[in-house]
Amino acid sequence: MIIAERKPLEEIRGMISGCKRILVVGCGTCVTICWAGGEKEVGILSSQLRLVRLASSREGKKLSIVEAVVERQCEKEMVIEELRDKMQDVEAILSMACGIGVQTVADVFEEKPVFPALNTTFMGMPEGEGVWTEKCGACGDCMLYWTGGICPVVRCAKGLLNGPCGGTRKGGKCEIDSEKDCAWVLIYRRLEKQGRLDLMRKYYEPKNYRAVKRPGKIEALEA
Amino acid sequence: MGGNNKIVAFCCENSAYLAADRAGKMRRCYPDNVRIIRVPCAGRVDVLHILRAFEKGAAGVLVMGCQEGACQHLTGNTRARNRVGYIESSLKEIGIDTGRVKMVNLGPDMAQKFVREVKEMVEKIEEE
Repeated sequence: MIIAERKPLEEIRGMISGCKRILVVGCGTCVTICWAGGEKEVGILSSQLRLVRLASSREGKKLSIVEAVVERQCEKEMVIEELRDKMQDVEAILSMACGIGVQTVADVFEEKPVFPALNTTFMGMPEGEGVWTEKCGACGDCMLYWTGGICPVVRCAKGLLNGPCGGTRKGGKCEIDSEKDCAWVLIYRRLEKQGRLDLMRKYYEPKNYRAVKRPGKIEALEA
Repeated sequence: MGGNNKIVAFCCENSAYLAADRAGKMRRCYPDNVRIIRVPCAGRVDVLHILRAFEKGAAGVLVMGCQEGACQHLTGNTRARNRVGYIESSLKEIGIDTGRVKMVNLGPDMAQKFVREVKEMVEKIEEE
């Protein structure tokens, strides 16, 4: 799942200054789950922007906001289906999706400026209520089969392929952050449970960090 | 905030709403610019409800729920408190005084506290 965080209101306000009518569009998938850009967050941001415009005599004009949520903002068909009837008199679009959603909307409505209301931060999973942690760096050369399903590239602060480093704290915490688990301690414990501790002695050669040519593109052929 | 001094009080029907009712029965006076909205639990009051109240012209919002540990729905009042905390930071971003929203815990028989809290909020807004 893609995790994102909302930008500060001041930054968003700067993007839309001068606009009288905007569309605030959320996404019903990843960013809804991470509480950054779902239907509710669209409502909150819209309300805040209207209030801030009302409170500011400097900007003067009243702000009219059209609110919408596309189920998956990264799919052009869904964006067109949901938004085509809502674009009347809209001067700018504020997208509350990940960077992919923002770019999809920008591709579909090329004549309108599209602004990001979120900062896309990482790919992660929900750890508990309101907590998400990064789990995958999309390196394109997965080695999880050697490491008990725990990614050292992302979860080790140093991205070590041959860990742990000498700085692991007592209790298996990372030396740079006592709150974070040492990824290699986690890997050790996981491999121990699986009876595969011999893998800890395996030497991993430097990883090919160019496994995916950027920008990535996959063309899946029909079977 | 448009020069008005209307206040919205979201009142839990198990405590604050009964306290308001009791205040009436006891002939206790409180400002007439408070608008009471009865809710099944303070936990029902959403961030959006509070923001919309300000948008519609409210100068202040009170979220009034049961006392700590006395919520019929177990965590409704603590959820409401967290939301009010969120709204305070949100109002700060907007540039509105954070004191214009307040969470109040009270029991169904605490008519005096209800009156005092409403009066305090009205006075605070009139001072500004």
